[in-house]
Amino acid sequence: MKLKHIVGLLSAAAMSVVLAGAASAQDKTVKIGMILPLSGNAASAGVHGKAAIETAVEIINTGNPGLGNLPVTKNAGLKGLGGAKVEVVFADNQGSPAVGQNQALRLITEEKVVALAGAYQSGITLTTSAIAEKYGIPFVNGESVAANLTERGFKWFFRVTPVASDFARIYLDFLKELKASGIKTDNVAIVHENTEYGTSVASVITSVFKENGLSIALDIPYAANTTDVQSQVLQLKDKKPDVLIMVSYTSDAILYAKTMQALDYKPPMMIADNSGFSDPSFIKTAGKLTQGIFNRSSFAIGAAGTPTYLINEIYKKKSGGDDLDDTAARQMQGFFVLVDAIDRAGSTEPAKIQAALKATDLKPDQLMMGYKGVKFDDKGQNILAAGLVIQLQDGENYVPVWPKQLAKTAPALPYKGW
Amino acid sequence: MSSILVQVIVGGLLLGAVYALFSSGLTLIWGMMNIVNFAHGDFVMLGMYVAFVVWTMLGVGPFVGAPVAALVLATLGIIVYFALIRSVMKGPMLAQILGTFGLALLLRYSVFWGFGANFLTLPGDIVGGTYDVFGIKLQASRLLAGVVALLVTLGLHVLLTRTSLGSKMLAVSEDATAAQLMGIRPDSMQAIAWAIAAGATGIAGALIATFFYIAPTVGETLGIVAFVTVSLGGFGSVPGALVAGLLIGVIESLSAYLIGAVYKDIVVYSLFLCFLWFRPQGLMGKT
Repeated sequence: MKLKHIVGLLSAAAMSVVLAGAASAQDKTVKIGMILPLSGNAASAGVHGKAAIETAVEIINTGNPGLGNLPVTKNAGLKGLGGAKVEVVFADNQGSPAVGQNQALRLITEEKVVALAGAYQSGITLTTSAIAEKYGIPFVNGESVAANLTERGFKWFFRVTPVASDFARIYLDFLKELKASGIKTDNVAIVHENTEYGTSVASVITSVFKENGLSIALDIPYAANTTDVQSQVLQLKDKKPDVLIMVSYTSDAILYAKTMQALDYKPPMMIADNSGFSDPSFIKTAGKLTQGIFNRSSFAIGAAGTPTYLINEIYKKKSGGDDLDDTAARQMQGFFVLVDAIDRAGSTEPAKIQAALKATDLKPDQLMMGYKGVKFDDKGQNILAAGLVIQLQDGENYVPVWPKQLAKTAPALPYKGW
Repeated sequence: MSSILVQVIVGGLLLGAVYALFSSGLTLIWGMMNIVNFAHGDFVMLGMYVAFVVWTMLGVGPFVGAPVAALVLATLGIIVYFALIRSVMKGPMLAQILGTFGLALLLRYSVFWGFGANFLTLPGDIVGGTYDVFGIKLQASRLLAGVVALLVTLGLHVLLTRTSLGSKMLAVSEDATAAQLMGIRPDSMQAIAWAIAAGATGIAGALIATFFYIAPTVGETLGIVAFVTVSLGGFGSVPGALVAGLLIGVIESLSAYLIGAVYKDIVVYSLFLCFLWFRPQGLMGKT
């Protein structure tokens, strides 16, 4: 290395030290670490998640009295900490569990965050929360649904989202009702990506269905970063399931939609498990190829003037015009739950935040999501999380179709495709 | 044989042709100049974005998009050669690896910055729909990519073996000093090689964009396949890359259909390693 390179590197290092010093000199901020896939295959979801958290931070720090009973939004900053502002340090997990783990370590030991949130992919939430547990830092997750995340006996991990088993039951009840009305639902196939998320969701759906006398006839795991899905689609075409359940991230979801059209395959009914199929960039690129696909959701933007509508208006400015989707909304809700706990704790001490999280008891009108509330059990799972079935009827917007009392319109069958 | 199985094999061949198409540029650089271009996948990605921009601005498909992508990428190839490759080639192997790897990240994150992380696609019918031949579905966009793969392979092969430009390029790759003594300028030849390789890669990207998703990270996914295709085909052998691409495509499709999608990579890579054990120079590489 030449001398000028060394000098360059040294001065860059010196500058970053100065900058870091300047940041820590600011008092009265609560630093929270947010781990998201900001690059890699899931970057699209990560960027939307980042916009959602930035929206929440803006609402919390400037105050927005128009948002009903949503906690920590009434006045600027956190009342419980003398009006302290919230600062979020974003870290990129690059779609890798190992990178996520290093980022968690960096956020805790170098950035000195008081709590962590994230990390989108269940497989990365798994590794990052293990670091938080080791260091005794609260970790609040709003979006990862793999069952085992709350089965590890962790004391510092809290999950706000409904989990795979909740959704498996929703799908089951939904299918039962359709069956009662004469629609064939006996032969179910699951196609799922093979990391923590897809594998665990598929196995939970399989076991819940089995307990209720419904067997999964075909189970096709695949790698999410695959270049081609023709063979899987042909397998489905050969076996002709009545119901196809897809558990995918965005890139693979787009490939499936395009390949199904190319090979002219339409199942009579297709259910997508959120994630890829809820990503706004999926709906934009492949929504018109998957008209009539069912999905799960806990979020609806609502009528003009409602808190969720107002939140979406702020979000759109940060997301470049995209509407708030279910995944980003669940991340935002998780973040609000965390900040509310810090506010009630009146302290940034991890143990006090942990105690406040344990005491969380939010009612439906204090939430932006359609949950029945937020209350954690001993394992850190929100026992009041809930969801509904939505359908992409026109290829552009998901509408609630089940259960009846929440439905805007009736489910449309058979699956239309393109 | 059931019609589904025929469809699997046909699908595998079309997929393999695409693999061959985006590997031909890499085989030229790797085989001829002994440089491993880690930015290759990201060149494909740029070709896809060029096709997308052409479509958004002019409303036309790959028949315009592919030539434009070829031009843009060829220009980039020349710039990359003079700005980066020429100097790292003098350094150790590690410098070449890190240099092109850094270039890959630079390209990837420039696109992230310019276009955002959102997935994009071209309209599904931009090349035409799907043909039905005796119950076998042939997607027009993949068919076009397959045909172009054959043409590009043929073109590159003729260029390298039947033209004086090709002979000069080969001479430079064999012994740059001796070539220089014969009145050939290694610099120009290598710049031309980069232009051709990058241009072919641009065409590949523009065509793949008609049936694949477009995202800044797509080069990561495609890049690895290109490396395997080139080493199986034999370094520097353009027809070898074609045969290897087709072979990998069919093996992938068949094993995904018969054994399971998660096992297809295991099948492909173990066969690949076994093959290299017996024939390290690849299918058509020189010993």
